[in-house]
Amino acid sequence: MMEGTARKFGDDVNTDEIIPARYLNTTDPDELAGHCMEDSDPDFIKNVQPGDFIVAGENFGCGSSREHAPIAIKSAKIAAVIAKSFARIFYRNAINIGLPIVESADAAQDIDDGDKIKLDLTAGIIENATKGKQYKALPFPEEMQEIINAGGLMEFIKKQAK
Amino acid sequence: MGMTITEKIIAAHTESKQLRAGDFAKAARPDICLANDITAPVAIEEFEKAGFEKLHDPGTVVLVPDHFTPNKDIKSAQQAALLRTFARKHGVEHYFEVGRMGIEHALLPEAGIVVPGDLVIGADSHTCTYGALGAFSTGVGSTDMAACYATGTVWLRVPESIKFVFHGDLRKYVSGKDLILYTIGRIGVDGALYKAMEFTGPTIRQLPMDARQTVCNMAIEAGGKSGIIEPDDITREYVEGRARRTPTFYNSDPDAQYCREYDYDVSKISPQVALPHLPENARPVEEVSGTKIDQVVIGSCTNGRISDIRQAARIISGRQVHRDVRLIVIPATQEVYKASIEEGLVTIFIDAGAAFSTPTCGPCLGGHMGILAEGERCLATTNRNFVGRMGHPKSEVYLAGPAVAAASAIAGKIVHPDEIA
Repeated sequence: MMEGTARKFGDDVNTDEIIPARYLNTTDPDELAGHCMEDSDPDFIKNVQPGDFIVAGENFGCGSSREHAPIAIKSAKIAAVIAKSFARIFYRNAINIGLPIVESADAAQDIDDGDKIKLDLTAGIIENATKGKQYKALPFPEEMQEIINAGGLMEFIKKQAK
Repeated sequence: MGMTITEKIIAAHTESKQLRAGDFAKAARPDICLANDITAPVAIEEFEKAGFEKLHDPGTVVLVPDHFTPNKDIKSAQQAALLRTFARKHGVEHYFEVGRMGIEHALLPEAGIVVPGDLVIGADSHTCTYGALGAFSTGVGSTDMAACYATGTVWLRVPESIKFVFHGDLRKYVSGKDLILYTIGRIGVDGALYKAMEFTGPTIRQLPMDARQTVCNMAIEAGGKSGIIEPDDITREYVEGRARRTPTFYNSDPDAQYCREYDYDVSKISPQVALPHLPENARPVEEVSGTKIDQVVIGSCTNGRISDIRQAARIISGRQVHRDVRLIVIPATQEVYKASIEEGLVTIFIDAGAAFSTPTCGPCLGGHMGILAEGERCLATTNRNFVGRMGHPKSEVYLAGPAVAAASAIAGKIVHPDEIA
């Protein structure tokens, strides 16, 4: 069970906002985390606590294929991203690197900035402790669940190779 | 039931051969897997960290250091060095050093590395460009790339297709960029999320290959997994003498299934401009005419091909860039650069007071070679106008095709090319 505070964003949060290209001359996860969401909210990284959730609208992670975006979020110790929908490259990158993402239109609509959230990933249940509500997450297709269970794509293919 | 061109190409690259939209291809085998100086370093680290030592097939691997090259700073130089070392160690033939390098999505079709019928993955979102040749090509991440280096395979869900039918003759100055901005303006930046965008109709059949590449290039800007155009005689003519492998020409069956269809009469549309901060904010240029600008960039994987440079040069010729504007022209490849010199286009730009650069993605992603200061406004032929995309978070990017960009550089403000004629 994950517990943390919701950090709310709008629709079409793009990868340039998540990690601006001017910082893509490094692959260091900690350095990338230091600039996470910077152009959207310069104080985000100062205020965010380990275990917090990013909650957003439609098409989260649109734009560039840069894996630095989910890396920055994961490395900023965000527990999971909850959104109405995800842009497809961000979606597969998150699965591939083991950043938990949750698709739930109800949760994304209802949760406000600062709400206390509990997430049971296995059961696919999001609980809003502030509002006393529960929401269902959209389940992953079986094939993607296998990659998630393995802990990411590289672990998955290593297991396959054995 | 018939199949779409997208279903056919993906199926042909798996063992099942009978895949349909929604099916999961666990191990599709790409012909080409591409990465650049931003995405390859993460892929190489993942590949090595996982303990892999050999590329499954070095012949499929393409490495193009194009984003921050020629190296903009020490950190970028380190990343470029990592690619170079990796390419040498693993005998990667398709590695393109500065001097031979071009912007990846202009370079690969031009060099015949991607051919019709291919399945291409690229750790760059604009990999969807090659749909213009009748290939299935899509952007992935660096870990996908690492896995493909190791196994020669990629996981893909076969996308549903949306059919976009364009008809009507295009007005003067209206081209591929305007068609795709118009489309994104209609359906929105998530209007084709996870879908293959199949572009067809009489207008597309008339469209030259450079413009087709511009159209497919921006499929990702509508959330699309891919953009694709069935290959025809224009495709055949383009790949002749270039293709390094034998092309396969696929077509969609007449009874193929589409999840949606759009029909656009484009005979009346004006050149388009997308306002900050999303590509879906497309308007006829007349609606934003008079907007002052500080910089114009002509180039990128979207509009840095020779026909784009020619179109801009025709408008610039004999005129002067406005004194309050910086015009930066960046040919997408060395071949485009050379043709620009041989055709006298570079002289036209220099005489007009423009900067003409070696190929690089550079300013498009706010990398280098034209970063914006606070409060500055740029009109660019690039593909994204997100907050801070080309520099300061409080700068603005407007997107347009080369004709509007060139005319606006002369006028010092956004104008229809007819206004300076």
